[in-house]
Amino acid sequence: MKKLIFILLLINCSLLYAQEPSGKTILEKIDKNYTSDNQKSTSTMIIKGRRGTRTLQAQSWIQGLDKSFTQYLSPPREKGTKMLKLRDELWIYSPSTDRIIKIAGHMLRRSLMGSDVSYEDFMEDPKLSNIYTAKLIGKEKIDDRNCYVLELTAKKEGLSYHSRKLWVDDQRYLPLKEHRYAKSGKLLKTLVINEVFKVENRWYPKKMTFKDALKKGSGTEFIIDSIQFNVKIPKHIFSKAALRK
Amino acid sequence: MLLSKLAYRNIKGAGLRTWLNVFVLSFTYVLIIWHQGLFSGMLKHSSHAVIKDEIAGGQYWHQNYDPFDPLSYDDSHGKIPDELTGLIQEKKAAPVLIRQAAIYPEGRMQTILLRGIQPEQTVLNIPTAKLGLKEDVLPILIGRRMAKSTSLNVGDYITIRWRDKQGTFDAIEGKIVEIMKTNVPTIDKGQLWIPLEHLQKMTGLKNQATMIIVGQDVLEEVKVKNWKFKNQDFLLSDISAMVKSKRVGAGIMYAILLFLAMLAIFDTQVLAIFKRRKEIGTLMALGMTRLQVIFLFTLEGAMHGILAIGIAAIYGIPLLFYSAKHGISFPTETVDDYGFAFAETLLPSYSVFLVLGTIFIVMTVVTIVSFLPTRKIAKLKPTEALKGKIT
Repeated sequence: MKKLIFILLLINCSLLYAQEPSGKTILEKIDKNYTSDNQKSTSTMIIKGRRGTRTLQAQSWIQGLDKSFTQYLSPPREKGTKMLKLRDELWIYSPSTDRIIKIAGHMLRRSLMGSDVSYEDFMEDPKLSNIYTAKLIGKEKIDDRNCYVLELTAKKEGLSYHSRKLWVDDQRYLPLKEHRYAKSGKLLKTLVINEVFKVENRWYPKKMTFKDALKKGSGTEFIIDSIQFNVKIPKHIFSKAALRK
Repeated sequence: MLLSKLAYRNIKGAGLRTWLNVFVLSFTYVLIIWHQGLFSGMLKHSSHAVIKDEIAGGQYWHQNYDPFDPLSYDDSHGKIPDELTGLIQEKKAAPVLIRQAAIYPEGRMQTILLRGIQPEQTVLNIPTAKLGLKEDVLPILIGRRMAKSTSLNVGDYITIRWRDKQGTFDAIEGKIVEIMKTNVPTIDKGQLWIPLEHLQKMTGLKNQATMIIVGQDVLEEVKVKNWKFKNQDFLLSDISAMVKSKRVGAGIMYAILLFLAMLAIFDTQVLAIFKRRKEIGTLMALGMTRLQVIFLFTLEGAMHGILAIGIAAIYGIPLLFYSAKHGISFPTETVDDYGFAFAETLLPSYSVFLVLGTIFIVMTVVTIVSFLPTRKIAKLKPTEALKGKIT
């Protein structure tokens, strides 16, 4: 009898496991949530530093995986600063100097507006399935939500983070927590999604905190104030001429 | 000879006024020599410290390396050239790999430079041997300034984050094994020294270096493709330029001091000519030519300078000697904040050239200033001079 129960349990477990999606499928579902043909959003970035807190508001237009345009709306000091990303190139326009600067090479490793995010993080391919292989390593609960725990390993050399660990909501397919690791396995950055919202049939992070794990401090908070997917974006937005307008 | 004796007797007779001028001039001599000696000592010490701790006999730089462009550091590395491997094996050269990294002292991120060096090297006089001690973690050598700014001590652990050659982040814990005392801030501030082999492994740059430092006994320069040799003169040019600019700045002070001394001599000469016009007339009446009278008065003025040399020697030599032996001590904080190699005790360095040069310059100026008022004598008629008239 005991043997029978054990065998049944084993079969049940393997059936359950078979029902779990693969790491690749989960990652593709996350990508589906995150990416769209194009999107327009307004966001707030709260940078919590040692000397105080800075709040920046920006409006962004994103087309596919290669093109994005961001315009800072506030504070007055940053108002009018614009960033244009075309494939792997990034330009910044600063109204105070009236100059367009190309951010390239090692400058990409610098912090974006003094936040815990680097320009390189901003330039990263938003489709994780393109750059990482995923392995489902378990299930955990985060804030009463059941999560898949995914282990991501870089598909190619040269990515900033060799591996990542994602806690993905098993219903909404949205990561609620993310750890980014160095090659040695040391934790470098953490991303916690504090609030999510549903927009046009997809779940999207509303509020998230990005933090350099090696640094003291509270990190940088991102809040998506509004977002629209698959909107019409005029072509001229993704041009260098738009930076000076 | 007669004129010299006469000139000496005349200025001696002027009493206190003469000695006042002589003292001011002697002070000028001593101050210029001492101050210039300080600069010479500074240059000498700085160059010596930099040669000993940083540049040795010269450096071969990778063609992309630009010390003034930190953004170039990560791209400036290449395979250690075969032409120099012999010297490295003989310990006459030391390869150094430089990479950018970040550390997190007290939870603050600080960008630093990681310098990989062979622990067994003998080219530089820094305690790299400590990096060769068997440790479970990455051994790190830092300078006194770096230790102070990061509050790190021997035995402390620190997280280092860097990127490998592909650009992927990596991070590791390191342990401070030694804090070196060096007067060269460029190998101290914002720098972490670790074993070369470790850094090559950490970054995936096997057998690569940013620069090869050659020993002082290596005199021959080798042509190496993709590497540029920088000799001591080039590497010390910044220090020389800095000291030179300081010398020029000090020149303003000397000029003011000399001006004051010269003003006194000029006044003395004008007054002497006015007061002694009957004497001038008598000398001319007795058969002295105008030129001889001019020479006499110029000699009297110049004699202030000669007497000043003697007075300066009496109190100056012991003072300068004492200063050269004991130097001037500066607080460590002041020394550390200086932008270049600066000793805690600055010992002036005097040379024969410096002393003779100073004497020559002061004497020339004194002579010219003594001569200028005497030009009036050239126009003087002996009869009018005898009457006490001066035109």
